[in-house]
Amino acid sequence: MRKTVLASLALLLASSTAFAQSASGAATDGKVKIGILNDQSGVYADFGGKSSVEAAKMAVEDFGGKVLGVPVEIVDADHQNKADIASNIARQWYDTQQVDAIMELTTSSVALAVQAVAKEKKKIDIVTGAATTDLTGKACSPYGFHWAYDTHALAVGTGGALVKQGGDSWFFLTADYAFGYSLEQQTGDYVKSSGGKILGSVRHPLSTSDFSSFLLQAQSSGAKVIGLANAGLDTANAIKQASEFGITQGGQHLAALLFTLAEVHGLGLEAAQGLTLTEGYYWNLDDKSREFAKKFFARTKKMPNMIHSGTYSAVLQYLKAVQKAGTDETEAVAKALHEMPVDDVFGRGGSVGANGRMIHDMYLLQVKKPAESKEPWDYFNVLATIPGKEAYIDPAKSGCDLVK
Amino acid sequence: MTMIFGIPLQAFLGQLLIGLINGSFYALLSLGLAVIFGLLRVINFAHGAQYMLGAFVAMLMLQYLGINYWFALVLAPLVVGLFGAIIERTMLSRLYDLDPLYGLLFTFGLALTIEGTFRYFYGSSGQPYNVPAALAGGTNLGFMFLPIYRGWVVVISLIACIGTWLLIEKTKLGAYLRAATENPTLVQAFGVNVPLLLTLTYGLGAALAAFAGVLAAPVYQVSPLMGSNIIIVVFAVVVVGGMGSIMGAILTGYMLGIAEGLTKVFYPEASNIVIFVIMAIVLLIRPAGLFGRDA
Repeated sequence: MRKTVLASLALLLASSTAFAQSASGAATDGKVKIGILNDQSGVYADFGGKSSVEAAKMAVEDFGGKVLGVPVEIVDADHQNKADIASNIARQWYDTQQVDAIMELTTSSVALAVQAVAKEKKKIDIVTGAATTDLTGKACSPYGFHWAYDTHALAVGTGGALVKQGGDSWFFLTADYAFGYSLEQQTGDYVKSSGGKILGSVRHPLSTSDFSSFLLQAQSSGAKVIGLANAGLDTANAIKQASEFGITQGGQHLAALLFTLAEVHGLGLEAAQGLTLTEGYYWNLDDKSREFAKKFFARTKKMPNMIHSGTYSAVLQYLKAVQKAGTDETEAVAKALHEMPVDDVFGRGGSVGANGRMIHDMYLLQVKKPAESKEPWDYFNVLATIPGKEAYIDPAKSGCDLVK
Repeated sequence: MTMIFGIPLQAFLGQLLIGLINGSFYALLSLGLAVIFGLLRVINFAHGAQYMLGAFVAMLMLQYLGINYWFALVLAPLVVGLFGAIIERTMLSRLYDLDPLYGLLFTFGLALTIEGTFRYFYGSSGQPYNVPAALAGGTNLGFMFLPIYRGWVVVISLIACIGTWLLIEKTKLGAYLRAATENPTLVQAFGVNVPLLLTLTYGLGAALAAFAGVLAAPVYQVSPLMGSNIIIVVFAVVVVGGMGSIMGAILTGYMLGIAEGLTKVFYPEASNIVIFVIMAIVLLIRPAGLFGRDA
């Protein structure tokens, strides 16, 4: 009997791989095909997830459904935050299903793996869901683009704002993988260069549900700011439990370094109020952003965050580039993407650097108090606009060997 | 300052207490699993989903019916227990005569279906559920700040664990249950309705999971993923404790909670595997588990 149980335990552990969704959609030539590959069932499913697929479809519809006279098709798959599953799907898409570009790619470890596959196969990838600056740094690709945000922009935005408010000593709670390290290091560097100091850090596994041990360590460090270098459900749980342990009441400030509208909605304003965060888009910014958001809401029943609107922008820009190049051949499209200015609901006055980084303005936002919120999803006050040149690393200093 | 293994005594005590709190959830969940396995010989992979259902039922009751935490603590387990009983009666009971693997695959499929359904409607970020006003706030114990709600979790889960153990080991109903497991035909011959007993047992197990779910709702985000995050650990607890041993499951739950808590201080990166390392060691040295009898 016990053998059965042990075997079944192994089965459960292995099952997530076995249940990997395979990509859908028929393979035909004479089509422009875009693959949306992201986490659709795990901790980041609200962060991007199926709603990103909808955003991509909206972009195709807004473009007219066709480019160069051939239909545009969107396919999607769930990578479950696993780099091996993602690489397999990417290979399959590029090799046998005539997918021209893969986009979204939430989770840094996954995005790095897929960008490596894309580079090897000379195919386009546009990352909107992942954060690490390595994508346009040492791991950059002539066909790889990083669209919505990155760890540097988050560090400059949220980190910078808190240091200015006097938060000069930090303790980090860091997700134990590429993204967490990158975010912790860049925020730490920014804090130190502004005269602050780092008192310590602790690394937790992805998908941790109980943060109390880590929070106690952060509490006893006496740091003025506790930086949460994690994302999605992990950040939400950490914030919720921090208020339970009296951390914010005790005068320590929480910095959710990667936190978007979707997670604020899940956490509720009661627990999230007062948090400072950085996003590349806010739906209630002006008429233009509201117009897109209302259409998005009608399809998904939620308001878009920067991942969703960023994916919309990436798909739209890709189609414009294909049209400009007059072909879907990789080199020509990549060249067009590098040259064309970006101007849509998401990337206003944006441009693409030689390292593939799309440089655009970011917004420093603060979560409203429950009483200040006038309608559902009215969650943020815009504190400042961070110019793209400040938010993103100068391509010449990015460490990307494509920049001479 | 006094130091233990290179860390300050205060931090050490704090982590011990945190371990005890997490251990309460492990104990409560592995208890339900052990009851179902011990009496029905069913490996209930839907246990995590039932835990998640408990939290969701409590949250939905508050949202749509205005039923507060205290009533939900009783009502949510009843609802989920009833749901479990229906599942057992209409589906699971058909699989008793087959290899145990069928029950496992069935409950596993059930868990995926339930979680998938909730994820479709509620996404993965989850929903908030506030700590009830009477248990809000915390006290400073000197070595750490203890939220009152967490203290309540330790006390109430200890009571639930001991209560369940007494019910099964010390009451007449429990004796019937245990007898029905040993020799169902003979017990049936004495006029005891065995199928009904089995349905009740499965319902009880599901209700215990839901009870843990309601307790967890104010601590963690109420999320469709909350069950699958914890269920593998709980299975390891049951294996370490000894399959089917109810007291073993309870004690091991607390012990492993503490072991995990301490790992989070010494080497946080290993905190999600330490329980499995312990499981491997225990299986090598005592294959029947710490409290199990050799089959």
